[in-house]
Amino acid sequence: MSTWRALQDQLAAAGYVAADDLAMALHLALMLGRPLLLEGAAGVGKTDVARKLACLRHTRLIRLQCYEGLDASHAIYEWNYQRQLLAIRASETEDAVFSEKYLLERPLLAAIRQPVAPVLLIDEVDRADEEFEAYLLEILSDYQITIPELGTITAVTRPIVILTSNGTRDLSDALRRRCIYSYVDYPDRANEIAIVRAHHPGIEAELLGQIVGFVQALRKEDLEKVPGVAESLDFAAALAGLGVNDLTGDPVALQAALGALLKTQGDRAAVPLAVAQRIAGKAA
Amino acid sequence: MITRFALRANGPAERMAGFLAHLRLNGMALGVQDCGLALAALTHVSVDLAEARLALKAVCCSSAEDFARFDALFAAYWINTGRERAGKTAGNARQRSSAVIDQDGMAGSGQAERPDTDGAGEAEQDGTGRLIGSRIRNLMRVDLREVVGTADLAEAEAAAARLARAIRDRRSRRRRAATRGAALDLRRVVRASLSTGGEPVRLFRRKRPERPTRLVCLLDVSGSMAVYAKVFLSFLKGLMTADSQTDAYLFHTRLARITEALRDKDALRAVDRMSLLAQGFGGGTRIGGNLAAFNAHYAKRLVSGRSVVLILSDGFDTDPPQVIGAELARLKKRGCRVVWLNPLKGWRDYQPVAAGMAAALPHLDLFAAANTLDSLAALEPELGRL
Repeated sequence: MSTWRALQDQLAAAGYVAADDLAMALHLALMLGRPLLLEGAAGVGKTDVARKLACLRHTRLIRLQCYEGLDASHAIYEWNYQRQLLAIRASETEDAVFSEKYLLERPLLAAIRQPVAPVLLIDEVDRADEEFEAYLLEILSDYQITIPELGTITAVTRPIVILTSNGTRDLSDALRRRCIYSYVDYPDRANEIAIVRAHHPGIEAELLGQIVGFVQALRKEDLEKVPGVAESLDFAAALAGLGVNDLTGDPVALQAALGALLKTQGDRAAVPLAVAQRIAGKAA
Repeated sequence: MITRFALRANGPAERMAGFLAHLRLNGMALGVQDCGLALAALTHVSVDLAEARLALKAVCCSSAEDFARFDALFAAYWINTGRERAGKTAGNARQRSSAVIDQDGMAGSGQAERPDTDGAGEAEQDGTGRLIGSRIRNLMRVDLREVVGTADLAEAEAAAARLARAIRDRRSRRRRAATRGAALDLRRVVRASLSTGGEPVRLFRRKRPERPTRLVCLLDVSGSMAVYAKVFLSFLKGLMTADSQTDAYLFHTRLARITEALRDKDALRAVDRMSLLAQGFGGGTRIGGNLAAFNAHYAKRLVSGRSVVLILSDGFDTDPPQVIGAELARLKKRGCRVVWLNPLKGWRDYQPVAAGMAAALPHLDLFAAANTLDSLAALEPELGRL
C-alpha cells in the first residue's frame, strides 16, 4: 500500500511540492475513490496538481474548463447534426443517425470511457451555473451518463476527479459533501523555496532566499491582487534572465522584474521602488 | 444533550461518531455516511495522531471555514488537555440554546437577533409579551427603535423576503429565457440554410442571457445602531432565505461575514453563532476601515457589475471621512450599485451632517430611509429599478 508520504515524494520528484494537507487529501481521494475538491486563491497551484498527477500515473489528463453558461452540450456530449443531416440525405432514412458514429464526445463523457482511468480536471467549477453542478453531481455519484437516444453509458473505468474552485460563488453542499476537501494556501517559506528551486534549479541559494522572502513579505502588503506561486516563479525567472545576483544590489532590475509580481496599476502605485527596496532589504 | 468524551466511548466506531457529533455541534455539515468514510480514511494512514488529523481534515471539512478551524476542534476532542474545555464549550452552547427556547417559546421567526449583550437581550425578551399585548396602534409606522416584539421581527423578515423576491421574480423570467437559450435559433438556422440549398448545415444557437442581480449586505451594529440591530438582522435573515446568492456582513470596529451563520438551518444555533460573532466588538464604528477590509478581502470575488451592495448604517464614523469616500469609490469601480439605508434619514429635519455620511453621498445610487417597517417595504420598487 502506498502511503501519503510516498505520494508526496513522488509529486516532489515530478516537480510539485505539496503541503501535508494537500498530499493527504490527494492520497485519500485516490484510496477512497472520491473526487477531490481544491479551493484556494488564484495561482497557488491547484490546477497543476492534476497535471502532475496525470504525469505521475502515466495517464491522460482530461480537462474541463468551466465558465458561465457552460451546458451539457459542451461538457458531456452532443450530436453531430451536420453529419446526421448528410446521412439522412444520402440514405433517405433516419434509422441509424442516433448511434455512436454521430456522437461527439465532450470531456465528461470522454472521461468515463477511457480504457485506463484518466485524471479528470474540472477547473474553476464555481464559474459554472448551478444547473451544471446538478449534472456533475449525477455523474460524480454514479459514474454514468444517460443519453436519451442511446441509453445509459456506464463508466469503463472510474476517472480520478479533481475539482478546483476560486470561491466566486459558494458551491452547493451536496457537491461539497461528495468530495474530499483541501484548502490550498500560499506555501510557507520552506515550501516555496522548494517550489522555486524545483522549477529553476540554476538559482543560487542566497538569491532564492531573497526572492521568496520578498514575495512572502509582499503578500502581507495591502494589494489588490496578491501574487501567487505562479507569479513568484515568473519573478524568479525574470531575475535570472536579467542576471541579477543580489536583490538589493540592482534597483533598476528589481523595478523591471516587479512587473512579474504586481499586475495592476493600483498595486504598482502601492509598491513604489523605495518600498520594494525596503522589503527586499528586509528579506535579505 | 450529552457531550461524548473520547475516552468513555466503546470502540473506534463510537468514538468516531462522537467526534462527528462534536463537529456537527460546531456547525460543520456532516451526514451519516461520513462516519464510515472517516473510518475508511483512517485505514489508509498509519497510526499516528498527526496523520489521523490530516486524514480526518480532508474527509470532514467541506469549506475554507471548516478547514481553518478543524485543527482546534480536533485537538479539543481527541487530545486530553483540550478535552475539558471542549466539553464545557459544547455544554454552554446547549444550555444557551435551551435558554433561548424557554424565553422565546420557540417562535420560528425571531431568530436572527441580538448582537447586543446577554443582559440587555433578556430585558427585552421579558418586555416582549406585554408590549404586544398592550399596544394596539399600528406598529408599522413606529420607529424601529421601539420595535422589539417577535411579531415585528417576523414582519421585518417578511418585508425582506418580499424585497428579495422582487429581485428574484425578475430573475425567474430570465431563467426561462436561459433554458430556451440552450436550444437552436431556428430563425437564423433557416435563414442561413438558404445559402446551402435549404440544408441547415450551419447551426446557430441562442445565447444565454445575462446573470441576475446579487445582493451583498453590510450591517452596522455599533452602539448607535444597537437599537435597530435586531430588526435589521431579521431583515437580513429574510433576504438570505429568499435568495441563495445573498451575502451578509456585520461590522462594528471589525468586519465579520455572517452569511454562513444566517444560513444556518438550525435557528437556535444561528442565534448562538451570531452572538459569538458579535462578541468582542465594541467601541465606535469604523465604517471606512471596514469598507476597506471588505474591499480587500471579499469584494474582489463577490462583487461584480451585477451586484447591489446594501449598507445599513447611520453614517457615524470614527475613521476620517475621506476613507469612506475613497473606499466607496473603489467599491464603485467594480461596477456595482451601492444603496445606503439610514434609519436616521426617516427622522424629520434630518440632514446628512455626519462627516462620513456626507462623504459617502456622492457615491451612492440610492440613499433611503429605513426607520420604519413601512420604509423598508417601500424599497421594493426602488430596488427593482436599480
